[in-house]
Order: sequence, then C-alpha cells, then structure tokens
Amino acid sequence: MGTDFVQFSLTPILIGTFAAIACALPGNFLILRRQALIGDAISHVVLPGIVVAFLVTGAVAAIPMLIGAAGAAIVAVILIETVKRLGRIEPGAAMGVVFTTLFAAGVLLLEQTDTSSVHLDVEHALMGNLESLIWFRATGWDSLLDPAALATLPPELGRMAAVCALIVGLMLVFWRWLKIATFDEGFAQALGIPAAGLGFGLVITAAVAAVAAFDAVGSIIVIAMFICPPAAARLMTNRLAAQVWWSVAFATVSAVLGYVLAGYGPLWFGGQNALSAAGMIAAVSGVILGLAVLFGPHRARVGAGRADASG
Amino acid sequence: MSPFLDALLLQAGYNAALVGIGAGLLGFAAGSSGTFLFLRKRALVSDAVAHATLPGVGLAFIVMVALGGDGRSLAGLLIGSAVTAWIGLMLIEWITRRTRLAEDAAIGAVLGVFFGLGIVLLTVIQTMSAGRQAGLEGFLLGSTAGMLFEDAIIIAVGGSVAVFATWLLRRPMTLVAFDPDYAAALGYDVRRIDLMMMGLAMAVTVIGLKLVGLILIVAMLIIPSVTARFWTERAHHVVWIAGGIGGVSGYVGAAISASAPSMPTGPVIVLVAAGAFAISLLFAPVRGVVASLLRHRRFQVRVHRRQGLLALAHQHPIREPFTLRLLAREGLVRADGVATQAGRAQAAKVSRDERRWAIAREIHQDAGLTGRYDGLTPIEEVFTADEIGEFDRRLGAPVGLGGGS
Repeated sequence: MGTDFVQFSLTPILIGTFAAIACALPGNFLILRRQALIGDAISHVVLPGIVVAFLVTGAVAAIPMLIGAAGAAIVAVILIETVKRLGRIEPGAAMGVVFTTLFAAGVLLLEQTDTSSVHLDVEHALMGNLESLIWFRATGWDSLLDPAALATLPPELGRMAAVCALIVGLMLVFWRWLKIATFDEGFAQALGIPAAGLGFGLVITAAVAAVAAFDAVGSIIVIAMFICPPAAARLMTNRLAAQVWWSVAFATVSAVLGYVLAGYGPLWFGGQNALSAAGMIAAVSGVILGLAVLFGPHRARVGAGRADASG
Repeated sequence: MSPFLDALLLQAGYNAALVGIGAGLLGFAAGSSGTFLFLRKRALVSDAVAHATLPGVGLAFIVMVALGGDGRSLAGLLIGSAVTAWIGLMLIEWITRRTRLAEDAAIGAVLGVFFGLGIVLLTVIQTMSAGRQAGLEGFLLGSTAGMLFEDAIIIAVGGSVAVFATWLLRRPMTLVAFDPDYAAALGYDVRRIDLMMMGLAMAVTVIGLKLVGLILIVAMLIIPSVTARFWTERAHHVVWIAGGIGGVSGYVGAAISASAPSMPTGPVIVLVAAGAFAISLLFAPVRGVVASLLRHRRFQVRVHRRQGLLALAHQHPIREPFTLRLLAREGLVRADGVATQAGRAQAAKVSRDERRWAIAREIHQDAGLTGRYDGLTPIEEVFTADEIGEFDRRLGAPVGLGGGS
C-alpha cells in the first residue's frame, strides 16, 4: 500500500466510487418510479452523442464530447416521449425503438468517418477504461499534499467529483419535492409541486450522471450502477432516506471491491494481467443485489408475506 | 445504384448472398417472435436477454480452448450464449416473483451485471495465448466479414425453426399476451407460455449474434412489431406483418451494406427498420399521425360548422374567425358575417333537427338511440323517416327564421 497504490489504484478507485454514487442516487428515484430502464436508454445513446461531437469539433476533447452526450440524452428522452404520445405505444417499446435506432446511427456514423487515427472506438465507449486513469506523477501518499503532483491528477477525477457533488446537492435541495412526487404524484400536484418538470429534471440528472460516468466505467456498465445498488437498498428498508444511504454504501462497496478484485484478483491466482475493472464493479454490484434478494429484510412484496413485512 | 441492385438480386458475390438470405430469414424470425413480447408489454426483456449472451460467448470460448479445440466454432459459442441468456431470463423471473422489485429493475440489473461479467471474461480471454485473435468483440456489433457457409446454415436453419415454433405456438401466446387471466382460466400454464415466448426471443437473439451483434438484435425484436401494430388491429396479422417488415429490413439492409464500403450490416438493417417505423408512425391509415391529424381536423370542421349554423339560427353574431372563414367558404355567410339565403336555409335545418332531437328524447326512453345525440350526428342516421315525420307532427308547423313569427 505504498507508492504503487497511490500511483495506479487510488484515482481509479476514487473515480469509480464517485461514478457509482452519482448514478446510484438518481437510480433510487428511477426505481421507485418504475423508470429504471431510462438509464439503459440513456447509456446507449451516449455513443451517437460523442460521435456527433467528434464530427463537429474534429477532435477528441472531453468537454465537447460530454456536451454531445448530454445533448443526445436529452434528444432521446424527448424522442421517446414523442413516440410514446404520437404512436400511443407503451413506454418500454418506445424506448426500445428510440435507443436502438440512435445507437445504430452512432455506429454507422463512426464507421463512415475516419476515426482510425484517434482514440475513439465503440468498445471504449461501451466498456470504459478505468485502469488507464492513473496518477502518473505521484510518488507516494505525501503527493496528496504536493501541489505540483496534484496538478497532474487525471481531469476525470475532478469532473466526476464535481458531478457527484452536484447530484448530492440537487438531491438535498429537492429532497422533499422528490419524495412527495415519487410516491404520490397527484398529491404533489395538489400541493403545487411541478411534478412533470421534476420528473423531467430527474431524468436529465440521471443523464448527466451517466454521461460523466461513461468515460470512466463505460456506458453499458453505468446501467448496473443505476439499478443494482438502489434495487438492493430497496430490499433493505422501507424508509426512503435509509434506502438512499444503503444505496450509497452498496455503490461504494461495489466500486472499491470490484476494482480490487479486478486489479489484484488475477495476481492471487497466479495470473499476470488485470481484468476489466468496470466489468468487475458491475459483477460485484450484481452479487450484492443477489444477496439482498436472498436475505434482505424487506424483500417480500406487500401482501405476499404479512409476517415478514411487519417483522 | 447498380451495386445495390446487384446485391439485392444476390449477384454481389457468394458471401453477400449468404448474408442477405440469412439476414432476411433472421429478420422474419425476429419480427414475428418479438411481436408476442411487445403485445405482452415486455419488449425490453429482450434487451436483458441480448446482453446476457455475452458472458456465455466468453465462457464457451474458454471451455472450448481448455478442451483443446479452436474456440471459435460458431455453434459452440452460440450454445454458450444460449445458456447464460437462459440463466438471465430465469433470474429476471426469480427476482420479480420473489421480491417487490418491479420487472424493469430486474431487467436492468440482469442486463448490466451480465454485460459486466461478459466484459470481464473478454479481458480474461485477451490474456490467454489463444485469445489474441479470438475476435469475440465482433459479437457486440456483429460482423459479417468472413462469414462461413456453416455460419450461414446455422442462421438459416435456426431462423426457420424459430418461425415454425412461432407458428405452432401462436394461439396460446396470443391469448396470454392479451389476457393472461383468461388464458389461465382456460387451463393454459401461463408461466410456461411466458417462458416459451421469451425462449423464442432468446433463440432469435442467439442466432442473430453473429449477424447484427447483441446490442442491435434488440432492435430487430422490437421495431418490426411496433411498426406492424400501426397497420392492423388484429393480433395474428401483427405477427406476420412484423415478420415481413423484419425480413425485408434484414434483406434490404444486408444489400445496402454489401454495396457500399464502411456500412456495417447490423446498424444498416436497424436503420432500414427504423425508417419503416418512422413512415408508419406518420402515414399509417388509422393510427398514423397524419391520419389522426386529418381526423381531428374533420371533427373540428364539423363542430365549427354546426356551432356557426346554430348561431345563425338564433341570430347571434359569429365572432370565431375559423367558423366565419368556414361558413364563408361554403357560401353560407357574406364577408361581413350576415347569413346568405343558403345559410339561412341550412341554419333552419340545423335548428329544426335540434328541436327534433329534443322531441326524440321525450318519446324514446331508449338511451341506445337518443344516447347517440352528440350535437354532430345527423338525425337521419339514427331514426327512420317515419319516426322523424312523427317528431315533425309533434313539433307543429315550420317556423320561419328572421321574422320571429
């Protein structure tokens, strides 16, 4: 746990943790509102977003790509809503039509443009590259106090931390509204809470989290972070605040444990190369959800087991 | 255009012809079997199934190499992918049945976690000496380059079997998709039929892995059925129309892909299907956007025309500009809003019909007839001439308009 750890593992673990928490927080509300698969849709349209951003700016720069991805997410949400209303199609199918079409368009655009010279490929966008976000200039724990070394931290860390902080802040500000609108939309409207706008804002917040996180953990694995920790937390408690805390804890455990297993696991078995950290984080979150399904104290459906629910 | 025609007529080479036929069959199988999931409102289950194939592909490769084989045998990889996809399906079922989590959460969890596991296995394979050239990434987005004759046979046979199974199971699956409670009352095992539905979708997914890849196969299961729904209100028509749309999209998409460079087969097929969807959304005869706009417009015209005529009959001024324009266009009012001769005659008829309706409601207690009064339906469509004559007798002599007497 010395220089090597700070240099190679500290920043990926921190970025993974921030990403997991940033996704898990809006995920709590999406799950309760039965909109869990919005995360799925958003994470698929990130690819066309970054491809268009690349075509417009001609360079692989972080900020335009994040803007492009966020734009694509908003376009997708509006398209889904339009298709749902105009075609009178159920939401799941409308989502399936829109995000697969946009994804296909993204892949086609990518193949049509010459991106062989730049680092922009489908697999990178899908899987992320957490391992590459190392802090090269670090020489040990004391680098944390060294401004020159701190300046060379990967920019993803600052970005992810900022997004995570933004989402925490938004959640604290809108907590009461979110809580009321999630459980009883009619009551919320009667109180004068703009429930529709709040719902749209929640989806946009989820999109921001997904977009910021895809760079680090890959766009598909973001889905696991949106759903697994909050779903596991939902089986642990009946109180929303407690559920959010549980989900944060599960997200953190998934990120840290997943990274450690991917990075050091193969070494314990005599292997040489590390495994995909993002994939392992998703797998760990799945294991946590599996344990919650088996043993969570509030796992049963209301009415299915009265004794269980009241106990 | 010529290379495209060549490809469409299977003249663009052996490999392109194989891909075209395979894609057409696959599209038909995907469209028809995906319809039941769509009608059951579980379209996105296929998304989870598709992503859950990835770890199976990786595991199958590792097992085949460990047994001393090549590891790239398509049949072996597909069997592996079917195994994990089935496990994924079972997990979704297990989570929704056992806990209070909704199905969408279960779908998302299985999708993300299995895909993550798959990625982990791909990185394991990259570290194996045999794994450098495995090319398993091709299963993400599909790759038709270098497709072998054996691969095409697998797709063709698998697609045909899936279509046949859809045809065999169409009745119980339709029933369960529309009314699971009624199906259960008839003695069908709803849970087993649900599993068959998803199993069919899974089979199509597995067959399509090589051609369109696991991310886009979802589109082939969902888009054709949603598109077909615009054209008919009958369930068994939806199934075969969806199959047709899927088949044509697959075949045409493969031809476009073969006739131009940098046109990956999977995305092109999906975009062709999406084009069919967009056209249907806009122009389908009853459910399309244009049709419902026209319907709305016609309704609006009828309401405004009638309200305008009633206002003329009661000698109220018309201030609504749309009503004025409408009546002026038909020559019923002058530009200054005063009724013409024709306008007064029409207004008198509307006003008389209104009074006839009032009488009708007094005479007939039958709500099935008088309930059809919505202010728009002509009275002649509801009552016979004799009945209307009876109403007129009770109304008394016609009253002139404008004079007040």
